[in-house]
Amino acid sequence: MAIAGAILSRLIKAAITLLAIAILNFFLVHAAPGDPATVLAGEAGAADEQMIADLRARFGLDQPLYVQLARYVGNIVTLDLGYSFRQGQPVLDLILDRLPATLILTLSAFWISLLAGVALGVAASARVGKFTDTLITGTALLFYATPLYWAALMAVLVFSVQLGWLPGFGYETVGSGYSGFERALDILKHLILPALTLGLFFMAVYMRMTRASMLEVAQQDFVKTARAKGLMPSLIRRRHILRNALLPVVTLAGLQAGQLVGGAVLTETVFAWPGIGRLMFESLAARDYNTILGVFLVSAAMVIVFNILTDLVYRLIDPRIGHKA
Amino acid sequence: MSVISISDLSIALPRGADREFAVQDCSYDIAAGEILCVVGESGSGKSMTANAVMGLLPEGVSVAKGKAEFGGKDILTVSEAEQRALRGDRIAMIFQEPMTALNPLMRIGDQIAEVFEAHNRHRPAERREKALALIREVQLPDPEKIIRAYPFQLSGGQRQRAMIAMALALEPELLIADEPTTALDVTTQAQILKLILDLREKRGMAVMFITHDFGVVAEIADRVIVMRYGEIVERGNATEVLENPQHDYTKRLLAAIPSGLVGQSTEVAKAPALEIRNLEKTYKTGGGLFRERRDVRAIDNVSLTISRGEVLGLVGESGSGKSTLGRAVVRLVAPDAGEVIVGGTDLAALSDSELRAARHKVQMVFQDPYASLNPRHRVMRALTDGPIAKGVPKDKARARARELMETVGLGADAVDRFPHEFSGGQRQRIGIARALAMDPELIIADEAVSALDVSIQAQVLDLLRDLRTRFDLSILFITHDLRVAAQLCDRIAVMQKGKLVEIGPVSEVFLNPQHSYTQALLAAVPGGGWGQAAE
Repeated sequence: MAIAGAILSRLIKAAITLLAIAILNFFLVHAAPGDPATVLAGEAGAADEQMIADLRARFGLDQPLYVQLARYVGNIVTLDLGYSFRQGQPVLDLILDRLPATLILTLSAFWISLLAGVALGVAASARVGKFTDTLITGTALLFYATPLYWAALMAVLVFSVQLGWLPGFGYETVGSGYSGFERALDILKHLILPALTLGLFFMAVYMRMTRASMLEVAQQDFVKTARAKGLMPSLIRRRHILRNALLPVVTLAGLQAGQLVGGAVLTETVFAWPGIGRLMFESLAARDYNTILGVFLVSAAMVIVFNILTDLVYRLIDPRIGHKA
Repeated sequence: MSVISISDLSIALPRGADREFAVQDCSYDIAAGEILCVVGESGSGKSMTANAVMGLLPEGVSVAKGKAEFGGKDILTVSEAEQRALRGDRIAMIFQEPMTALNPLMRIGDQIAEVFEAHNRHRPAERREKALALIREVQLPDPEKIIRAYPFQLSGGQRQRAMIAMALALEPELLIADEPTTALDVTTQAQILKLILDLREKRGMAVMFITHDFGVVAEIADRVIVMRYGEIVERGNATEVLENPQHDYTKRLLAAIPSGLVGQSTEVAKAPALEIRNLEKTYKTGGGLFRERRDVRAIDNVSLTISRGEVLGLVGESGSGKSTLGRAVVRLVAPDAGEVIVGGTDLAALSDSELRAARHKVQMVFQDPYASLNPRHRVMRALTDGPIAKGVPKDKARARARELMETVGLGADAVDRFPHEFSGGQRQRIGIARALAMDPELIIADEAVSALDVSIQAQVLDLLRDLRTRFDLSILFITHDLRVAAQLCDRIAVMQKGKLVEIGPVSEVFLNPQHSYTQALLAAVPGGGWGQAAE
């Protein structure tokens, strides 16, 4: 009951936030010099004033800004993200087309980093100061400090070019004609390198966070109570320490989850992954207003959705939240 | 027939500690059905023996020599697995801080049932029934609800009852209670002590009760040992030790306890230093779009006056609103209505900038001497920041700081040191000096001596008394400890649930309390009878 109310209240706030973001984005994009008409005309090679004016009139770019804004907001409310002049397709179709690839990539990276990070953090904290701890923290520091693009290029160089174990770019083997299980396996092979690369940094962050948090919780009074009960150390670690230690990790994971859509531009570019990130990058270069705005909006919506999800997960783990009046 | 017999126990502290042994050549035993109180101040090593017996010594601390025989075995030398089997089963322990001693994310019932799980008793379904029975035995209200509740839904006293339920789960032969009532209000403390006495009666357990409070000792102990610097300095029957202490240290400890003796209130009839008129503060919680609003009236139409040179004691239990009142006077919380008149100005009505200029008139001394000084600033800075911000020339402020450190008995040269170089009592002196540096019209001392050991407490109280006569200070002394209030204050104000229920000269309130709540509070003071008898 309380949860339903909380969700509803969050959704209303989310809708308002989203609208505000859309309007801000609109002005931001229009503040940049140049417009799609000049770019299209430039590419066509025949840039006379008349043609540019015609293009502007066709796309409604000759209208005053507030009219364009009103039209844009009106369209958003009806879930119409407009038409990409550049790609000749509705923006919504473009985004929906690219979204699965991005989500497959970022969600895999997310889970890899979260699960491996927490597991390594627990392992390191259980043997704090010993060799295992030093090894794990040292490796994590390396991952943490390595620039993403460099790690990506090295991964391609080693595993794809030198060893030939995994494909180095793309989403699936083009023209293979695979279907069903074979296709899934093919995509999975393509997925491994970019997902690992993208996940390394956050894995290091989760590992450090989990380790520090575990060590801190282990000092708390209720852990002593658990020991006084005569519980096995492994059970104390799992049931009493880990659950409490996960709270800050969940906060961080919520932040990372917000970047699931927009945060993979670099990885997608290096691995030629046909996702939202690359769509955004290309649209930026082409002044494709509608597509950029659409991507921005979808990214913002994702951030908000994952924020709400994080709050719900928090409620599940920590009974104090939500009960607190 | 002793349940546990400790002989020649020495516990070594890690290298670099302030002394070599936490506990040295310690021998005692506890019989079935007996309550032994281990008394001492912080750092006396009184909890260390208990931790050693439980196999829960902190990292780096180890048993150097000695034995602890329990059930025919030296439990200090058995394997970790054997110790684990004893813990929670035949030896159980409850701790000081009920607020933090329970896992915040687990239901109370699960935490109790876990004891059975740890020792492989009963089938999971039966464990719940057993837990329920235990919850009933420790007299928690509404057991069916409590078993599903989370710790944050329980009060401090209820949590301590839940802890006791856990400790009792497997009917231990020895119960170790490490300051189990220190963090509780007096009335709750009285209930918990009674519960422990009842359970001892019913179960015939041996109880090792660790405390710093002789009032509690008087209430509960059969036998007493007094520890200092890791050594036992006195032992004997409770009445012997309390009535006729042999060792100097015990005598000093007992003398340091603010006794039931009511201080003579100095008659003061000067201009008021503080006038509170119809003060109101309501905390509104919830009140979101979909949540029901709940109002808590922390200050409910309170009016009182403190004369110049007077010490008014404000007593009450946690949640009574006494601290909120203190904070409202300094405007750390903004009151909803009413007036706070200090030296002719109504602080409650000032704008933010006016308030900044007037703030020096009221200064606070806080409870925790460790947390209330910035650890990275030297004492000089702590004492001069305020005056300099107020416009006092730097040289003058620095000279005054040295002077004040002399006044509070720490010596002028101490200004160049950092807070961590001082003990708790000394830091509280710095806190007082810091308050004095602002030349306030009124000092608010919020539980200012509650965190200190009794002997230190007595010294700080002496200092306050001395300062008060020398500087004609007006003090609002907020405390939960009625004995302390009786020692220092001229008048006592009693708060309950935001309301001022009784106010009067200290002798009136203590010897002839009018309000039923005041009577209940006084009755709950541990060792009340003994305190009176000692007069």
